[in-house]
Amino acid sequence: METDDREGNRMWEEDSSPKHLLDTMFARGIKRKCFDGEEDIEGTLAGFKSVPSYNLQRQSLLDMSLVKLQLCHMLVEPNLCRSVLIANTVRQIQEEMTQDGTWQVINAQNTGQASLDRLVSSDILCRSTKEQGEGKLVPSYSSFSKDFEDIQSQDIISDLSTVASVQAPRNPQSNVWEMENPQENRGNFQKSLDQIFETLENKNPNSVEDLFSDVDNSYYDLDTVLTGMMSNTKMGHCDVLESFSSQTTTNSNSNCKSDINELDHIVEILVES
Amino acid sequence: MAGAGGGGGVGGGPAPMGGSDLQWCFSQVKGAIDEDVAEADIISTVEFNYSGDLLATGDKGGRVVIFQKEQENKSRPHSRGEYNVYSTFQSHEPEFDYLKSLEIEEKINKIRWLPQQNAAHFLLSTNDKTIKLWKISERDKRAEGYNLKDEDGRLRDPFRITALRVPILKPMDLMVEASPRRIFANAHTYHINSISVNSDHETYLSADDLRVNLWHLEITDRSFNIVDIKPVNMEELTEVITAAEFHPHQCNVFVYSSSKGTIRLCDMRSSALCDRHSKFFEEPEDPSSRSFFSEIISSISDVKFSHSGRYMMTRDYLSVKVWDLNMETRPVETYQVHEYLRSKLCSLYENDCIFDKFECCWNGSDGALMTGSYNNFFRMFDRSTRRDVTLEASRESSKPRAILKPRKVCTGGKRRKDEISVDSLDFNKKILHTAWHPLQNIIAVAATNNLYIFQDKVN
Repeated sequence: METDDREGNRMWEEDSSPKHLLDTMFARGIKRKCFDGEEDIEGTLAGFKSVPSYNLQRQSLLDMSLVKLQLCHMLVEPNLCRSVLIANTVRQIQEEMTQDGTWQVINAQNTGQASLDRLVSSDILCRSTKEQGEGKLVPSYSSFSKDFEDIQSQDIISDLSTVASVQAPRNPQSNVWEMENPQENRGNFQKSLDQIFETLENKNPNSVEDLFSDVDNSYYDLDTVLTGMMSNTKMGHCDVLESFSSQTTTNSNSNCKSDINELDHIVEILVES
Repeated sequence: MAGAGGGGGVGGGPAPMGGSDLQWCFSQVKGAIDEDVAEADIISTVEFNYSGDLLATGDKGGRVVIFQKEQENKSRPHSRGEYNVYSTFQSHEPEFDYLKSLEIEEKINKIRWLPQQNAAHFLLSTNDKTIKLWKISERDKRAEGYNLKDEDGRLRDPFRITALRVPILKPMDLMVEASPRRIFANAHTYHINSISVNSDHETYLSADDLRVNLWHLEITDRSFNIVDIKPVNMEELTEVITAAEFHPHQCNVFVYSSSKGTIRLCDMRSSALCDRHSKFFEEPEDPSSRSFFSEIISSISDVKFSHSGRYMMTRDYLSVKVWDLNMETRPVETYQVHEYLRSKLCSLYENDCIFDKFECCWNGSDGALMTGSYNNFFRMFDRSTRRDVTLEASRESSKPRAILKPRKVCTGGKRRKDEISVDSLDFNKKILHTAWHPLQNIIAVAATNNLYIFQDKVN
């Protein structure tokens, strides 16, 4: 599929550009290579030498991949094959970095918010990224992990003015990295989190909470997730599919009335759009 | 296998293509010359019908244009016949999925012709979600002298009719009509990437990223799911289906390729759900060339059976491979399409070109292969002589019957006069779709919004 977010169509001829070096690096397929005998195993940036270290290049590839996963196609469904391939690349890098020990562990202070890192939908990140110009991005899968067929009619568009498409953020607990390294994360994601929370605060929380406070299993929805974040709700592990089809009423409060309000709100939004 | 000798005629024998045996000439180009390309005009699929008389293209705007080959005539001995527009119709329209708040593109992903059974022509066209069966028929006669209505169509007053007459058929200007006969919808959650008509001419398959469905051409409200690789937990998804095709002769056999570079051959007689393959084709990875991009470039973008049914060809990012269906361990032939890109994979990853899905095709005799590349280059490989050639689809070499000059990409060091360096390649000009006439040496090459038709030099 011809994608739209291509940045350039010509190869540079600058031999010293990082991209060219990355190309050279990866072309040889050599996973580890010592440059100047000063390779920084911990992965901290020890200054940019004329030939960037393997770790730096690998980091650059990881960042690039994360950006790609989170670039949102607001109108058209993203290409699943491409998403899967990029995600596999990220996984590969992460596995290698884990073996290296270069995957940093965040401190205890941030632990509580570790799961929150992965709740951020691509949509929010797109906006915050655009606003900030560039940024270190939180690793999270975007759309390919959604199971569209099971989301059915409860895929709710809460605020079309800010969320043009429904992007279900991943269940944080089942994040692939979660499986291997539950509490690990990178320190500099904190910065992006701040950006995100800033954006969130500008949203009107009330309508969102009205909509979702009684619907526990719509955690896959952006706004529910964020609401959950704010109230520190622990998100369920369960598979979107299963939670959806076997919709047990976890909230005794969920009643027809809230459903009707919900429905009205949805209709309102759809009509407005 | 290709033999030596002259070019194949209709129903003729082997058609050699390589090296000094054959030269390719420009024949026609269709499409606007404008530098500014409208997105909707970008060609997304090209397909000859079984006789080669009809050539169909689909574009991003959801339109299908069918060209028909004119009769070869003696007054133009150098030409095998030109292709002229036969029919144009809007196959698919953009849709909006309200549930997911996403657009469904009208882009035609694939067109497949049905074998001709009567005067009309039938083809299947598909976008991401819906397959349609179109009937293209000619009308060159008109009935006149109806009893119940006037010539201009107004109903006649029954009381005025005092005599009966038999309507007679009168010739009229040829009109080609396309009408949708079947619409096969709502069977795919994910994006359809392939359709393939079965050799029984009654059924066909459609494949999306995670599933393959079997349809009967007459039945639109039901389809059978025959392959499902969707994991229970979507977070465990690491592999998708990239292409699928029925065997040309064995109606129970089909193959599907994956993003991990594997091909599975399935036999529908073994079980209703063909999740378990009968054969598994995978080439072991070369450990010395392993990189973070290895998996991505191994992803198969197209799979095609040979006409004989003995072989199949797969296209991954850098190469074309021919597999013997009897040998699963490795391909019997591998052809490098643009190996010089291997050192540029990171840049190609960044600009997303690494995800481009190139198609490939066989010639009529299975002696040659063709696939596209960048810079409007396309490549042809002769299986017997092992010679290959790089040609370019460009307006510059578009003079009638101009012989195409082989192109060469310089990979480093001294660049010769006619060579082009890797860094100068235009990665926006990609040839993803090509087609080879089933019987003659005529090829159709889609270059963005232009369709080039080349023929071999007829002596």
